[in-house]
Amino acid sequence: MINLQIVFDNINYVYSSGTAFEQYALKDINLKISKGEFIGLIGHTGSGKSTLIQHMNGLIKASSGGIYYEGQNIYDSNYSMRELRSKVGLVFQYPEHQLFETTVFKDVCFGPKNLGLDKLEVELRAYEALKMVGIGEDLLDASPFELSGGQKRRVAIAGILAMRPEVLILDEPTAGLDPMGRDEILGQVANLHKEKGLTVILVTHSMEDVAKYVDRILVMNKGNLVMDQETRKVFARYKELEEMYLAAPQVTYITNELKAKGLDINTDATTVAEAKEDILKYINN
Amino acid sequence: MIRDITIGQYYPADSILHRLDPRLKLNGTLIFIISIFLFNTFYGYIAVTIFLASIIKMSKVPFKFIARGLKAIIVILLFTMTFNLFLTPGDVLLQVGFLKITRQGLHSALFMGIRLTYLILGSSLMTFTTTPNQLTDGLERLLWPLRRIKVPVHEIAMMMSIALRFIPILLEETDKIMKAQMARGADFESGGIIKRAKGLVPLLVPLFVSAFRRANDLAMAMEARCYRGGEGRTKMKPLRYEGRDGLAYIVLLAYLAVVIVISIFEDRLPVIL
Repeated sequence: MINLQIVFDNINYVYSSGTAFEQYALKDINLKISKGEFIGLIGHTGSGKSTLIQHMNGLIKASSGGIYYEGQNIYDSNYSMRELRSKVGLVFQYPEHQLFETTVFKDVCFGPKNLGLDKLEVELRAYEALKMVGIGEDLLDASPFELSGGQKRRVAIAGILAMRPEVLILDEPTAGLDPMGRDEILGQVANLHKEKGLTVILVTHSMEDVAKYVDRILVMNKGNLVMDQETRKVFARYKELEEMYLAAPQVTYITNELKAKGLDINTDATTVAEAKEDILKYINN
Repeated sequence: MIRDITIGQYYPADSILHRLDPRLKLNGTLIFIISIFLFNTFYGYIAVTIFLASIIKMSKVPFKFIARGLKAIIVILLFTMTFNLFLTPGDVLLQVGFLKITRQGLHSALFMGIRLTYLILGSSLMTFTTTPNQLTDGLERLLWPLRRIKVPVHEIAMMMSIALRFIPILLEETDKIMKAQMARGADFESGGIIKRAKGLVPLLVPLFVSAFRRANDLAMAMEARCYRGGEGRTKMKPLRYEGRDGLAYIVLLAYLAVVIVISIFEDRLPVIL
């Protein structure tokens, strides 16, 4: 019970409630997230992923149901949403669009400053965060608008990390980046997860990314949470995923195709490395 | 949350009014507004009311919707009417303490109130039955002759349609930026005026940057499709007057004639109020 970080209890979110245009963006969501998990959130466009993650840091208030952070009801009148947002960091898609300050350093200071911390603490955290995302000291006094796309993005992420969140939610952090940029960002996130024990929720359309980093997958479909299992188990159900306009990693298809052609091969693999192992194992037998 | 604001609301429906040429509607609104200020007695009021009521009926826009536009001016309306009611000199009808209501005051307040109300109703009816793009097209055609005196009519119309097109996009962007900054602990709600104004910087700077970026992209996209300004530019759906527009013009002019006649002769008619 103490380990449960985020709990969603029968969450519903409705648009235009009571009118003819009533629409459920989220329906009956029940969810339990423990500390230190690395979770993937997938779903077709419009399935409710963005709405779901915005409930986690209180940006959106549920129409009904309860959300508990470390056992406390976030909708309690005494509960501080500000505090919740410092603990649950949410990095939106294309986060570089939120940069506004005159220097990179000042922008990263924005978050901790809003928490009311003293100047020393604010600057310490900003330095730390920028280091975490690999932004060199030579860039600290540059204008954020002078940086490259990838650099801007890392600065934006640093802006959230400077708040020292316990949970990090990333909405498609690799959107619009080249392969090296993608690996860099995800690699750094994976490091943070390992070294600092951050709980990470990764919203993405890339099944390969999900397969590589994530232990558990949440699948959203039309506002419903339809799957909530370990990575392997979810991808094994790839036919169901396809019906929801999703897919499994390419290796899943290859291994299943091989099996269908008569090879007695393990179809559990979700990454190329694992598939290679399994295929070699088969060949060597 | 910001998405609930709609500007120059268009109410989609299939009515005669919706199908009329926007130029006609622009001119018609002008004529209507002039007509409201021509009459000064009960008789004029009847003519204008009949006209307005029939137009409203023909538009198929629910009256509740149209009436919403009045909410915005309710304060001004009451203010004006009250002033006129109590401060107009003349034959006293009622006196309460030092406040006196005169017959002229009553007349003035009532007619002012009606004029304002009809003004709002009439002009909103135009925006309800005409899409923003139709309006800009209509305006562009009507003002076209001004090009002779170097007024950049085409450019103005183009700016208007682009601006209108981008309103929902920028509103959405504002929402996104607000949420992103709120996720960093920004507070847009509390504090005095100065604090709140300062707090808008993290919202306005990214918004401006975004707007400029979009403008740049749009300009390039337009150039890539050979846009070179208004010179020699043709339209896919040029505005063309139809038979029903001709009829509508006749009705409009007849209505104007009636109101003018009434306004000329109304002094000779028995006074009601």
